[in-house]
Amino acid sequence: MSMSRRDVLKAHAAAVAAAAANISVPAVAQPVAGGIGALEIKWSKAPCRFCGTGCGVMVGVKEGKVVATHGDTLAEVNRGLNCIKGYFLSKIMYGGDRLTTPLLRKKNGVFDKNGDFTPVSWDEAFDTMATRAKQTLKDKGPTALGMFGSGQWTIWEGYAATKLMRAGFRSNNLDPNARHCMASAAYAFMRTFGMDEPMGCYDDFEAADAFVLWGSNMAEMHPILWTRLTDRRLSHPHVKVAVLSTFTNRSSDLADIPIVFKPGTDLAILNYIANHIISTGRVNQDFIKNHTSFVKGTVDIGYGLRPEHPLEKKATGAATAAATQPIDFDAYAKFVKEYTLEKASEISGVEPGFLRELAELYADPKRKVMSLWTMGFNQHVRGVWANQLVYNLHLLTGKISEPGNSPFSLTGQPSACGTAREVGTFAHRLPADMTVTNPEHRKHAEEIWRVPNGLIPEKPGYHAVEQDRMLKDGKLNFYWIMVNNNLQAAPNNTGETYPGYRNPDNFVVVSDAYPTVTAMAADLILPAAMWVEKEGGYGNAERRTHFWRQLVNAPGDARSDLWQLMEFSKRFSTDEVWPAELLTANPNYRGKTLFDVLFRNGNVDKFPATEIPAEYENRESKAFGFYVQKGLFEEYASFGRGHGHDLAPFDTYHEVRGLRWPVVNGKETKWRYREGLDPYVKAGKGVDFYGNPDGRAKIIAVPYEPPAESPDKEFDIWLVTGRVLEHWHSGSMTMRVPELYKAFPGAQCFMHAEDARARGINQGAEVRVISRRGEMRTRVNVRGRNRMPRGVVFVPWFDASQLINKATLDATDPISKQTDFKKCAVRIVPA
Amino acid sequence: MRGQNRSGLSALRTAFGGAVLGGALIFAVGAISADGPPSIVPRVTGGAQPMQDIPAPALARPVVDDKRKMRNYPEQPPIVPHSIDGYQLTLRTNRCLDCHRRQYIEGSGAPMISITHFMDRDNQVLADVTPRRYFCNACHVPQTDAQPLVPNTFEDMLIVKPKP
Repeated sequence: MSMSRRDVLKAHAAAVAAAAANISVPAVAQPVAGGIGALEIKWSKAPCRFCGTGCGVMVGVKEGKVVATHGDTLAEVNRGLNCIKGYFLSKIMYGGDRLTTPLLRKKNGVFDKNGDFTPVSWDEAFDTMATRAKQTLKDKGPTALGMFGSGQWTIWEGYAATKLMRAGFRSNNLDPNARHCMASAAYAFMRTFGMDEPMGCYDDFEAADAFVLWGSNMAEMHPILWTRLTDRRLSHPHVKVAVLSTFTNRSSDLADIPIVFKPGTDLAILNYIANHIISTGRVNQDFIKNHTSFVKGTVDIGYGLRPEHPLEKKATGAATAAATQPIDFDAYAKFVKEYTLEKASEISGVEPGFLRELAELYADPKRKVMSLWTMGFNQHVRGVWANQLVYNLHLLTGKISEPGNSPFSLTGQPSACGTAREVGTFAHRLPADMTVTNPEHRKHAEEIWRVPNGLIPEKPGYHAVEQDRMLKDGKLNFYWIMVNNNLQAAPNNTGETYPGYRNPDNFVVVSDAYPTVTAMAADLILPAAMWVEKEGGYGNAERRTHFWRQLVNAPGDARSDLWQLMEFSKRFSTDEVWPAELLTANPNYRGKTLFDVLFRNGNVDKFPATEIPAEYENRESKAFGFYVQKGLFEEYASFGRGHGHDLAPFDTYHEVRGLRWPVVNGKETKWRYREGLDPYVKAGKGVDFYGNPDGRAKIIAVPYEPPAESPDKEFDIWLVTGRVLEHWHSGSMTMRVPELYKAFPGAQCFMHAEDARARGINQGAEVRVISRRGEMRTRVNVRGRNRMPRGVVFVPWFDASQLINKATLDATDPISKQTDFKKCAVRIVPA
Repeated sequence: MRGQNRSGLSALRTAFGGAVLGGALIFAVGAISADGPPSIVPRVTGGAQPMQDIPAPALARPVVDDKRKMRNYPEQPPIVPHSIDGYQLTLRTNRCLDCHRRQYIEGSGAPMISITHFMDRDNQVLADVTPRRYFCNACHVPQTDAQPLVPNTFEDMLIVKPKP
């Protein structure tokens, strides 16, 4: 045989290609088979499907399939970069177990709560759903009907849902999974500035001299923002990075000031820094005199547990948790005076030297500071306080609303801001920061929606954790879950969530692309179209609204959440769901379907489907006969235009790589509340926090209070939960991408080696993580990327077969109702 | 020095075996995405009784064969075909660059970091790796020997065909 080395290599290469991807290219000649046409890929823009960073990606489509994705070089956010998850977006829609048909639990051909999932038509699925919903409404009224949505809903999906729930079914039992994610941040924005969302933007990364991470592992959870921060730190040696966490993580690896504190004690550190600023004479007197006011908050506010819990009964301030009283600067200074360096060090366990260095970053008037936080702050029984305490530092020093001086709340979902917050899918909210409790706001919403006055209920609905409790207690009986995996995500899911889903009184519907733990516990599963299988819009953490076109079709009978919501609304008439007296007063609404009154109202159906470029499919518009997304968006945008929430015209967003609101006269706003940067600040004002009637931001006096549960003799170690780089949230998409799965195939318990040894546990051993609520089995890693201090373990929650939320505690911040997933007590024993 | 095992007919045989396996995989995919009820895929769907006790499999072992893997598409960041356990990647040191920097590859035999990795935020080429690309493991991840739980039906751009 006379094969040269080169021939062998060529044959080998071709064979490997065949093995890896079924590509059969002859090794001998490699022409451009089929000409350039065969090589062409159609590229379109889209935001990434994962976190709240909002990176731009270019999506390559060939023959109706996504074949490649890469970072969009024209996107300001990421300028061509993606993280490992973003680079694998191409594969998230192609998991082999995509849901392609509705599935109903049936026995002997009829619905049965204990039956097996059986493929059914959309008609049968919706008929069954509608029957159950109507029965529930008849028996118990609108408060027994609920929906759990998501910060992954597109803007118009969230908007259609809020209309259907509040104006259609007259129920405010609509809450997003964003409640688990950044409700504390949203409440703190409202309480401090009277307006939600950050004043700054990502451009602050290139302007700051110091970065302080408060409970945020950006290196893994916001990798592209971490590239911008890293770029700044490494390019400019004067820049300092401080990372505060309850364990050492990858973000700590870049830190000049790495701080590991005892869980919950960040409150004491924050008050110490305020005290340091005041006691060293570095308060920006002009700024606080002209632009701030001082309040003190209620103390001893409890832990958001069930009302009968002993901790709630004991909490003297639980009933008035959100109340505040005006004070003055002197009273505030006196309040924080007790938080000395020694006291803060003693409570937090942090070396005084590090604390002083950290305090100086804020106190030094020459240093521009960007504070960043995510779940460490928000998933905190005092999360609203923690958020507000960091605003205190920026307000005392006037380091806010200008390039580089920026308290910045990061988000975990692609449209936590754009949909959950801006559209208002929380149980108490309406679009553009309005609330259901305000009669003027309800009236305004009813006018825009062209529905009768008095239709929207005024009582806020059940929030996320309360929904689970009410399902379990049988008070919430019809429940629709969209784009999220709450059985995996919810705290104390064995005790509070699962029993509610399986409660025989309840009918639970889950719309998802994949069979998740949640879907498998439902009664009806609806197959969903995802990401570029529909036209969409998201809003990222820096107020950037960005759009994409439908690029491919969803498989089988999978349909978008938007289509599902609108199509379902056709099955209800106003006579069935609205009170008789309302219809008597407004007879022209009689005999109409909810689809007619909500979506054929002259606004939503205003734009013809012919406006959609012929090169792009749009299944929803085809189904309903008008440009659904545009109509919904334009109606929604009318809530905020002229009120500081201005969005650009719909068509503009398809042209640009997103714009940061308010968009006034075609120009986006990078920094709010400062003259010259924000068109809403009048000349001569300098700074104007116009969200509050007096134009002032609030500085709040609140103390350190301990977590709901701390380790004791029986449960002797802290449990912190969270994420890893490779998997996004519950892993329903990333676990189905082989490269991401193989990179991090299962949950682990990160633990200090000596803690493991003391319990007779070796590296890799199987253990039980046991709390007062429940337990799960996992493997111990004492050498992983997270380096734990003694007494603290970390377990990520992405693994459907290792449900760490069986152990977590359903304690919430009493103000924001957001769960504290970072602090409970467990015991670790060999399995 | 890490190297690629690129010669030898034994590898060739393995590769042809792999081709047959690839075909089998595509067949399996067809079965799983049929319009039937979802099957409980162990570990990815959770347990049949999700709240019950589920044993945790042993930690997967890192893949350390040093073999380059074909990318799914040209822009995909290559995976790391070796262990990076204990690699320091900090403010002051970057163990990855000890081998993958332009000036070190002759000695190490490692692939050089891509040309894009020299470009700053404005696409201007710098003399060495750009600070924004400093943390390699945001995009490049090692693999373990864990076998995927469900197949992925993603098709390579060279073989995706018009639908009949």
